[in-house]
Amino acid sequence: MSGHSTYEPKTGIERWLDTRLPIVRFMKDTALDFPTPKNLNYWYTFGGILALMLGIQLATGIVLAMHYVPHVDHAFASVERIMRDVNYGWLIRYMHANGASMFFLAVYIHMIRNLYYGSYKAPREVLWILGCVIYLLMMATAFIGYVLPWGQMSFHGAVVITNLIGALPIVGEPITTLLWGGPAVDNPTLNRFFSLHYLLPFVIAGVVILHIWALHVPGNNNPTGVNVKSKDDTVPFHPYYTVKDGFAIAVFLLLYASFVFYNPNVLGHADNYIPANPLVTPAHIVPEWYFLPFYAILRAVPDKLGGVLLMFGAIGTLFVLPWLDTSKVRSMRYRPTARLYFFIFVFMSLVLGYCGGQLPDNPVFGSPSGFKLLDADINSMVWLSRVATIYFFAYFWLILPVLGLTETPLPVPESISEPVLSHPATTPAGAAASPEKRG
Amino acid sequence: MLRKGIALAALGLALIGGPALAAGGHAEIRHVDWTFDGPFGKFNPAQVQRGYKVYREVCAACHSMNLMYFRNLGQPGGPFYDPEYKNPNDNPYVKALAKDIQVNDIDSETGDVIQRPAIPADKFPSPFPNDAAAAASNGGAIPPDLSVIVKARTGGADYVYSLLTGYRTPPAGLKVAPGQNYNVAFPGDLTPFWSGDHKKVPPGGFLAMPSQLTPDKVTFDDGTKSTVDQQAQDVVAFLAWASEPKQMERKSFGLGAMIYLLIFTVLLYFSYRRVWRNVAH
Repeated sequence: MSGHSTYEPKTGIERWLDTRLPIVRFMKDTALDFPTPKNLNYWYTFGGILALMLGIQLATGIVLAMHYVPHVDHAFASVERIMRDVNYGWLIRYMHANGASMFFLAVYIHMIRNLYYGSYKAPREVLWILGCVIYLLMMATAFIGYVLPWGQMSFHGAVVITNLIGALPIVGEPITTLLWGGPAVDNPTLNRFFSLHYLLPFVIAGVVILHIWALHVPGNNNPTGVNVKSKDDTVPFHPYYTVKDGFAIAVFLLLYASFVFYNPNVLGHADNYIPANPLVTPAHIVPEWYFLPFYAILRAVPDKLGGVLLMFGAIGTLFVLPWLDTSKVRSMRYRPTARLYFFIFVFMSLVLGYCGGQLPDNPVFGSPSGFKLLDADINSMVWLSRVATIYFFAYFWLILPVLGLTETPLPVPESISEPVLSHPATTPAGAAASPEKRG
Repeated sequence: MLRKGIALAALGLALIGGPALAAGGHAEIRHVDWTFDGPFGKFNPAQVQRGYKVYREVCAACHSMNLMYFRNLGQPGGPFYDPEYKNPNDNPYVKALAKDIQVNDIDSETGDVIQRPAIPADKFPSPFPNDAAAAASNGGAIPPDLSVIVKARTGGADYVYSLLTGYRTPPAGLKVAPGQNYNVAFPGDLTPFWSGDHKKVPPGGFLAMPSQLTPDKVTFDDGTKSTVDQQAQDVVAFLAWASEPKQMERKSFGLGAMIYLLIFTVLLYFSYRRVWRNVAH
């Protein structure tokens, strides 16, 4: 992957193993020596953060599964037993619940970074698609996991979301019945959701391995979007990026810990501490924050099936993005016009998230205008989410394809080393031995 | 015809604009400076002890706490924790509190259902044998379980406190259905029940539980004056503790974790600067 291997087995055992299973060589080439562009900024540290979050979710989840009871009569109480009687159960559960939010925060930043620097473009299309698969699996896992505590939001969220699938023609109903395991959301649903919630993270881990493999074939993109031309453009992954990622991970953990220890329930919904009751529907059923943009797209369409299709279309669009963007220039650093549209896109995505958390008929400013367009007041969340939804799709299907053909990008540097680097070395190059070779 | 149309339009406008323009749908939530607020907040054991008494003598008549055991009262962070008794089941105070309460059991000799005094390992008994009995005794409304009530309500401790002290005489023009009680903190929209000024719909909503706390209803053993406000604050402190008995452990553990992570972050930052000092990037 990284060209020729620099691994030299030093002991007899290493030589013996290297001729049979060169796993140490593999680890050294891919995790330590891997040549990485030297100009990666902090936006590039989220890959490492995501790997860590997956590990934390797996570790805490396995412990939680030892104490959790997947039964409608016991699930809620078993989660509270973890909080009350299991040693450090509160820590493990809060790490897991807030870990899901942190995981999504990191994945969104990772994706936004990707969009900005054009990392999805050739030759990294498969890398990007695998990332989209991971994201899709994460959404399924997170939704299913939110059902497990069997609180009011768990139950009614499960009802709403599984019913969405039922809106699909022909396949909808059989899939819904399979998910429910019966005529409605009930104990069989909880049982199979628990089983799937244990399975899917390992599927994610498998796709993550493919993702890293697909990353190591072309190597990292970088903020200039220019291909690596020579050895001068790269540094070995270790120690340069282990320490940079490590620092970013530590900062991220500080944020994560501040939620776990001081605001563990702020990202959740109070109603989920009420045991599920099929006969009482909560006043507002809202998904977790990381689903809100898609929830807004869903509700922007007056027709149920149309909403479901558009919502899945929003995710499906990501899969074909490498072929929608016609620009040959990767990084938006050199695409000032595209950059403007990109920032509007990020803003509109946040607007969608905001709308998803509001009631559709709520006015955006002050009081309703009284002017009704089609089915809703013009000054309402539903119209704001319609505007944002149109922009969301226009960005991918109209702006990126057209802009790539019409815009004039700024001159792109010849190589990574050529542009004026933002952080020059404090000592002349070669004045000191490279630190990775020193103890 | 025209007049009818105008009237209909006015009604339509009132229905659309009414709820948003008018004050309906809001509630009065008052903030209390709780001792357990913030990253360094701690429960005041004396207050939580008083709160337990309020729960036991007032709330427990109708509200269960299915997730609570008597031993919880004597565990670290609990109101009756005594460092001399690491095992809360041995705590004499907790034993005495439990003994006051009768719980159901099965006679192991005869298999008959019997009643016996509780021990610390017992759960708080429910006041009603089942939901149907609870509803039958309370005009059709089932009193919610209070085990995690502070976590289960938007607004948390402030909301529960505001509710307990939020009973007011309904203003003239507000129609209160029999069996319902007006409360300024309860979520709801009173517009349909309000015949007064459209723009001044009273805050709050209706709930089945009548006002419960009255001055001196509970006699506090430590001599604290038993006002309604005091009773409400104390019982909310107890419920906040019960909703998350490991809350203080969480915060103190968190302080150590944050300090550790902060030192770790600083060390990594300087390692990063040192490793990268010879590389232009």
